[in-house]
Amino acid sequence: MKRPRALRWMGLVFLLSIMLLAMTGCSENIIVLNPKGPIAEQQRDLMIISTLLCCIVIVPVLILTAVIIWRYRDKKGRKAAYTPEWEHSTKLELIWWGIPVLIILMLAIITVKATYDLEPSKPIASSEKPLTVQVTSLNWKWLFQYPEQGIASVNELKIPEDVPIRFEITADSPMNSFWIPQLGGQMYAMSGMAMTLYLQADEVGEYWGSGANFTGTDFAKMYFDVEATSKEEFDAWVEEVKTDSPKLTLEGYKQLREPSTSEVQSYSAFPEGLFEMTVTKYAASHNHGLSWKNTQNFEFEDQVTR
Amino acid sequence: MAESQTSEQILQAHAHDEHHGHPDMEEVRTFGFWIYLMTDVIIFGTLFATYIVLQQNTDGGPGPADLFQMGGIITSTFILLASSYTCGLALLSMHKHNVKGLISWLAVTAGLGAIFIGMEIAEFNHLVHEGATIGTSAFLSAFFTLVGTHGLHVLFGLVWMIALIIQLAKRGITPVTKRKVNVISLFWHFLDVVWIFVFTVVYLMGVS
Amino acid sequence: MWEKIKEFASEFFVTGDPLIYGADVTIVLTLIAIVSGLTYFKKWKWLWREWLTTVDHKKIGIMYILAAFLMLFRGGVDALLMRAQLAMPELNFLPPDHYNQIFTTHGVIMILFMAMPFMFGLFNIMVPLQLGARDVAYPFLNSLSFWLFFSGAMLFNLSFVIGGSPDAGWLAYPPYSGTMYNPGVGQDFYIWGIQISGLGSLMTGINFLVTILKMRAPGMKLMKMPMFSWSVLSSCIAIIFSFPILTATLALLFLDRYAGAHFFTLDGGGNPMMYINLIWMWGHPEVYIIVLPAFGIFSEIVSTFSKKKLFGYKSMVWAMMIISVLSFLVWAHHFFTMGSGADVNAFFALTTMLIAIPTGVKVFNWLFTMFRGRITFETPMLWTIGFIPCFIVGGLTGVLLSVAPADFQFHNSYFLVAHFHQVIIGGVVFGYFAGLYYWWPKMFGFTLNERIGKWAFWFWNIGFYCCFMPQYVLGLMGMTRRVVTYSWDKGWWELNLVSTIGAVLMAIAFLFQVWQIVDGFKHQAKNRDTTGDPWNGRTLEWSIPSPAPVYNFAVLPNVSRQDEWWEQKQSAGAHQTIKQKLEPIHMPKNSGVPIVMSAFWFIAGFGFIFDWTGFIYTGLAGVVGCLLYHSFNYDTDYYIPVDEIERTEAAIRKVNI
Repeated sequence: MKRPRALRWMGLVFLLSIMLLAMTGCSENIIVLNPKGPIAEQQRDLMIISTLLCCIVIVPVLILTAVIIWRYRDKKGRKAAYTPEWEHSTKLELIWWGIPVLIILMLAIITVKATYDLEPSKPIASSEKPLTVQVTSLNWKWLFQYPEQGIASVNELKIPEDVPIRFEITADSPMNSFWIPQLGGQMYAMSGMAMTLYLQADEVGEYWGSGANFTGTDFAKMYFDVEATSKEEFDAWVEEVKTDSPKLTLEGYKQLREPSTSEVQSYSAFPEGLFEMTVTKYAASHNHGLSWKNTQNFEFEDQVTR
Repeated sequence: MAESQTSEQILQAHAHDEHHGHPDMEEVRTFGFWIYLMTDVIIFGTLFATYIVLQQNTDGGPGPADLFQMGGIITSTFILLASSYTCGLALLSMHKHNVKGLISWLAVTAGLGAIFIGMEIAEFNHLVHEGATIGTSAFLSAFFTLVGTHGLHVLFGLVWMIALIIQLAKRGITPVTKRKVNVISLFWHFLDVVWIFVFTVVYLMGVS
Repeated sequence: MWEKIKEFASEFFVTGDPLIYGADVTIVLTLIAIVSGLTYFKKWKWLWREWLTTVDHKKIGIMYILAAFLMLFRGGVDALLMRAQLAMPELNFLPPDHYNQIFTTHGVIMILFMAMPFMFGLFNIMVPLQLGARDVAYPFLNSLSFWLFFSGAMLFNLSFVIGGSPDAGWLAYPPYSGTMYNPGVGQDFYIWGIQISGLGSLMTGINFLVTILKMRAPGMKLMKMPMFSWSVLSSCIAIIFSFPILTATLALLFLDRYAGAHFFTLDGGGNPMMYINLIWMWGHPEVYIIVLPAFGIFSEIVSTFSKKKLFGYKSMVWAMMIISVLSFLVWAHHFFTMGSGADVNAFFALTTMLIAIPTGVKVFNWLFTMFRGRITFETPMLWTIGFIPCFIVGGLTGVLLSVAPADFQFHNSYFLVAHFHQVIIGGVVFGYFAGLYYWWPKMFGFTLNERIGKWAFWFWNIGFYCCFMPQYVLGLMGMTRRVVTYSWDKGWWELNLVSTIGAVLMAIAFLFQVWQIVDGFKHQAKNRDTTGDPWNGRTLEWSIPSPAPVYNFAVLPNVSRQDEWWEQKQSAGAHQTIKQKLEPIHMPKNSGVPIVMSAFWFIAGFGFIFDWTGFIYTGLAGVVGCLLYHSFNYDTDYYIPVDEIERTEAAIRKVNI
């Protein structure tokens, strides 16, 4: 009785993995499915809808597989039909070219619509004026500059709740990817480019973000804290940084850029146009996406270091 | 089983391969060479695409209009075209079973190819003296790689052609050497076509 | 002087890690054992004549599969090391730089030096036999392909002990893989290892395309060809169109590193995004290249073990051809997060979803082949049945990943890692194992122990789900790929531990397979396959003795139907082909040129890696010399006389009866 036991084993494994999923499903830890902002929320909904759509086909097929294997297993005295020459049925084949076509068609419509709705550079509709944060991936730390506030921080991102944040993302390091799972999907950080990504936090809370694209030795230490606070608290924080923290000088930036990890830091000021300089020193002929108009006016003193 | 076959099927089977189930191996080899040429088209296609993307990225260095001397390029283009023509004459001689004609036309073809290579080396030399090397800018990296890859192909074809001339002198025209001549003439014409694209995309469109 | 040598050695050899010293010792000991064993048993000549210079597709296939198993071992050890490092938070078992090398070599080895040679091995052994041919179209080129693959693989693996391994991930994205961030030789090992073996792959693609189009038995029209051969055809088409892109792209990356060119650099006007586009224009078709033959294998097996014709033959063919073409139109779904804009993302999301349609059709056709069949559960069929649910779930997550805005969240996370392992292990590896078990008797002339095989199957399957299902959840918890460790507060450790246990189960499964093969060789006399048709097969490879004689078919078969051999058996006159008149058989001669030429490629590659001009010139001159030698050699084939065929056939039949 090898075969039925084999099948039972397989069922057990499936059951176990589903249980495992269900068990951990209750946990707060599955942060992608526990969004705190409008973008992540829409992405979560999209995941669930597409999963359900696919399940319309997949669940019956999985059941059908089990039934067919069980029913037509070879056994003495088996009475189930046996048609060794049966190899073609236009009707049946049309059905299973048709079903996937229909499902994929539905999914395609949803996806295309969502792709345009959730295009990362599309501003989030809001009565609040968006706050700009300029993000630079360095080896192996994140530099956040707040051009409107004139302050900067390392490995710590504070944002006011309910305000759309316009991230401008670049890299002074190998290509990285800027990801805050609970606020929304990621965007590559590339040298010579300034990519735009709009995110927003709907509630006060502490989240985290990471570099999602491999950049070398201490890549695993590129996590950063994300704190969404009330607007008042945010303003207070800005004031505090302005009075208490040191300035980031060009010299300081060059030191920061050296390969190393970093603690959380904050700066009361940064060299004017630092972000644009970082972008343009790599931009050969492609500096699209950059918000700053007269980027050409800035010249970074040193060449790209080897 | 043979009984169940209709005579028509048997006829078809024999039309498919004449020698008792063996396909004609020389024909199979030529066919394979066509497929190889297809892969080479893709390699050149990739290099062309790279060139087109990077063409404007001169990084403040010299651009196509500053560098290319069209006189020499047009001359070498005509030389390569002429070599394709002489290669065709070689094939005509082969079909007339004229070994001497075949060998001499192949030799002329190889000679023209050698002149083409020489002119290309001179051009590269000139560019390097002007300070335009593969490391100067993305545009020049793409330029040297595309044109250089074509040049390497021609050089390879040259060595191959000389080897083939020796074989022809030794063995005359046999089914095997015949196939080899056919294949190298395919290769040669192919390089000619690629050069026309290089000439148009890199040189003509570069200076205009 | 001594100081100089010491300094050179510490640069040249990888030092400072006990794991690597251990490996060094093992490698040296194994080499000594092999060399002295061959010398003691006076087997050098035999090895050279029977194997190293062979142009026999069956032997080349066996060598491919042997190499693939070795590489599976190496890649598997890499995987275990990684899982050990990730089993608990904040472990320091592997330092980050070592970990980075290991995930890179794991990926490269598993795709390029395990899956590819395993696939080529199965191509080699079965395609000519299924087509009723005596060899592939270009036997010499075939041998050259193998040896190029082999020297590429050896060159790549050498980086483990000499110079240092690459550490930029399996696709080596610049700028990280450029000299600016990666000045060592590891990345050059990567380029040359893949470049040399890639040339071999390209030649194999051409070889099998021509074999299938031109070498089929009389009467075998394309639409009567066995499904595995169809899958090989679709895979070869993808190889022919995609591998040249890889060759060109790696050459450009090499020029950046070696000659200071600016294709993908940050300075000088280079464009790293172009590399990412180019490498995926090869990389995506590549995954279909390896999975399509697995589809073909499953089709053969489902039909044989359900004792029923394959359902929807034409649908299957169309589905594979559509997949082969579509695989070239989806590459940008690997970087939806590059910010190419909604138009581009929507296009590539759609093309990606389209692939689900033909793939789904194939699943339905397999199911309805089993429907109203008589299914038995020998190991090849077990792997096939294990594949179906695994691939369905992997396909589901693949469709999820193709939804571009959702991919912004899945990208670069363990969700992605789990997805591609599920389709590559569940699809490709299960498929090749199924094929190996199915065709093993034909390759070696004896059957394997089914009981051990079933243990291996269950360990693989349970281990697989145990290892990769948790990784989907880890991805949704925000765990990104390629992190060397993680902190306690992320709450990832339970699932990571489960995943590591799964990896260990799969390692045990691999040991079962090795045991099964060793056991098979030990008891081969008892388990000899005397019929040549142990599974009651349907296609031509089962109509000849196991293992097949060097010329495969004493008389070329005439084919008039699909499943020709099955139909012949139904009409009872199974062995009548033998009675036809024998003729001398035209065969290719063995040649030492391929192995020598590949050795020269190895030398040239090594020279380029370390920039030793002496090696470069020697290597390249050797390659050209070998080409010329081969061109001038007209003594490349011979005829097997009729009486020798008669003797061989009689000897086989004596054993058989």
